[in-house]
Amino acid sequence: MMISRQEVRDISHNGVWKQNPGVVQILGMCPTLAMTTSVVNGASLGIATALVMACSGAAVALLRQFVPNELRNPIYILIIAAVVTIVQLAMNAYMHALYNVLGIFIPLIVTNCIVLARAEAFASKNGVIQSGLDGFMMGIGGTVVLAILGGIREVLGKGTLLSGIDLVFGASAKSWVIHVIPADLNYQFLFMILPPGAFIGLGLLVAGKAALDRRAAEAARRREAETSTPLAA
Amino acid sequence: MNTSPFFIKPTPLQVVMFKVALALVPAIAVYTYSFGIGVLVQITLATITALATEAFCLKLRSYPIKPFVTDGSAIVTAWLMALSFPPLAPWWMIVVAAAISIALAKHMYGGLGQNTFNPAMVGFAIMIVSFPAQMSRWAAPFGVLPQSLDWSAQLSWIFTGHLPAGLAFDAVASATPLDTVKTQLMQHASMSHIFQSPLFGAIGGIGTEWITAAYLLGGLYLLWQKLIPWQIPVTFLAVLGGVAGIFHLVDPTHYTSPLFHWFSGAAMLGAFFIVTDPVTGPTTPLGRVIFAALIGLLTYLIRVFGGYPDGIAFAVLIMNLAAPFIDQYTQPAVFGRKGKQKKAGAQS
Repeated sequence: MMISRQEVRDISHNGVWKQNPGVVQILGMCPTLAMTTSVVNGASLGIATALVMACSGAAVALLRQFVPNELRNPIYILIIAAVVTIVQLAMNAYMHALYNVLGIFIPLIVTNCIVLARAEAFASKNGVIQSGLDGFMMGIGGTVVLAILGGIREVLGKGTLLSGIDLVFGASAKSWVIHVIPADLNYQFLFMILPPGAFIGLGLLVAGKAALDRRAAEAARRREAETSTPLAA
Repeated sequence: MNTSPFFIKPTPLQVVMFKVALALVPAIAVYTYSFGIGVLVQITLATITALATEAFCLKLRSYPIKPFVTDGSAIVTAWLMALSFPPLAPWWMIVVAAAISIALAKHMYGGLGQNTFNPAMVGFAIMIVSFPAQMSRWAAPFGVLPQSLDWSAQLSWIFTGHLPAGLAFDAVASATPLDTVKTQLMQHASMSHIFQSPLFGAIGGIGTEWITAAYLLGGLYLLWQKLIPWQIPVTFLAVLGGVAGIFHLVDPTHYTSPLFHWFSGAAMLGAFFIVTDPVTGPTTPLGRVIFAALIGLLTYLIRVFGGYPDGIAFAVLIMNLAAPFIDQYTQPAVFGRKGKQKKAGAQS
């Protein structure tokens, strides 16, 4: 059960960029839209999901020889639920304030379709290390989207960044909050904090990713044309 | 060279938009007469912002700027939005709303003729969702309260948020007639008691009833010019009035008359200028009737049972979403097709 460097690179690129769960597969939309009211909320739920996906991916890959094909979905769900319970209890014990903020969305990671999708599409067909890495990288890809979306909504909606960081790092972290718009202006633009802001923000991210891809493809084509013209001539 | 006489030349968009703007002028005049210079300030700010945003978006999308900026569509959007704003709303609100409505609701969907939602109503809805307090803070029309703001006080309030010494905004503020009826009924005031307030005129609110009458006048001009199909405003007003009439007949102590609903809020503005938007509504004749009827029903429900003072904006946006669906199921039969279909039905 070894993993080559090329595999690591491919799996990571796949998870973070090429098949990013947030802006390409558009899977797991419920937490993506509901919990991205700030960077901290988005990123912490993303990291929790990434941990669950890494563990559940490895566990599913480990057990894949023993799982009867007809019963695979309930068994995967049980495995995922077990991992989620561990993460939930750990967060409740060590980051209780954050646990309270994220609330129902932590146990709901069980039903996040990106977790089951990777178990079904990748972990049930690949080795343990590859599956664990794939789950983790998919989770990181999702985390990046959650954090950026959370950042957009937080800046436009409340004029701050990293608000609520004290929930993760304790009360001393309260001074880390960045006020992009001075706090004494009492800036608030409720629209971005409410659900429509999430949909519009995510739509912009999807469009932005597509635009970057198109630009990269065009640049590659131009490079190819440049290198091939001397040959043609 | 002339074309054959049976070729009907389509009216240039510029002319259409000019006529729509012209139809709004009487209402703007009456509005300014009863609420002051704030109305004109909102319209000016909205127009400038809308045109600047339009030019900026066209440049980003590398479209020719001049023909699209001068087609007048952005101006009409800006005017419709400014007319739905409280005249004394802070200046930045209309600026943000106009920029969002042109950039987000119009150009992000593909620009003129491609937008799913009515841009003016998107701008209004975003603002009333985000800033409910500022968006429902209206000054009373002139002559209702002992104190009122003159033009310099209005300008200072819109641009700086300060009033001359000795004046407080609360002293000149008043809820809109629709809002007053709703909140007073919640406090178990009787209908006749509510209508004794100096805010109310013969049918609607003092001042506001004349503004809605001016919209009606402008709308009749648009009908006369054949710029809007008559089915839409007629259906919309009939359903709004019909539902209001049923409730009013059953319990006149709790539900206001159809006349009050017609001549309050944005009913007339909506009927002739907003529901009739050809881009965001259905295109089939039957579809238009369904569309207008459901907007009328939703408007009544939001006004009477909802949390917002007026329901036109949300009713229009919801139905904008349904317009393609309505279109799909109301396609008229292709000529000669109907008989065949019937025969096939009889055989089977």
